Amino acid sequence: MEIKILGPGCPKCEQTSKIVAEAVSETGVEANVEKVTGVMDIAGYGVFGTPAVVIDGDVKCVGKIPKKEDVKSWLTK
Amino acid sequence: MVQNFFAPQSNVMILACSGGSNVGQLSNQAAIELTQEGLGKMFCLAGIGGNLSGFVQSAKDIDQMVAIDGCKVGCAKAILEQAGVPLQEYVVVTDSGIEKDKNFSLKAEEIAKVKSAVLDACGTGAPVAADQTSKTIGCCG
Repeated sequence: MEIKILGPGCPKCEQTSKIVAEAVSETGVEANVEKVTGVMDIAGYGVFGTPAVVIDGDVKCVGKIPKKEDVKSWLTK
Repeated sequence: MVQNFFAPQSNVMILACSGGSNVGQLSNQAAIELTQEGLGKMFCLAGIGGNLSGFVQSAKDIDQMVAIDGCKVGCAKAILEQAGVPLQEYVVVTDSGIEKDKNFSLKAEEIAKVKSAVLDACGTGAPVAADQTSKTIGCCG
């Protein structure tokens, strides 16, 4: 599973990264988590804002910190 | 565009039908000018229509959105419905008394009329001055 955290590195992006890492750990799924911080790289995903979470190419949330339970449900679907 | 892409201010998403008529292009021009003036940020309705996840999810997750259709055919509204995006504020250009035709020489007074209708729909008295928009890249709200 490929997970990308989109965001230039503000506190909300960091909090999102933390929640995703915890969700990955707690669900035990095998996942490669990558932070995408470049403006043009982020723009390529077509998101209106950050932070955003992308799982296997599918954008799951935009402009907000996701709830851990939501991330877990994305990981286990 | 990139410099304001992640600006935290004025985070209203503006979607215009940008259709092939005077009123469609008035929706487009009004969206451009409102973005430049700091009301919000124009976003790609085509990306939502294309069912690209970044665009669709952005529209679903945004707190404030205004959709501008040129005419009552309502293509922007239909695209949002098709994508499962709840319609928030909504403006139809012909409701402002502008007749639909194929004259693409847009009139300044008609652009102003559309912008005014959008501002009314959003409950905004006047757009934020352009110099108040962020020139730096930051995270959303």
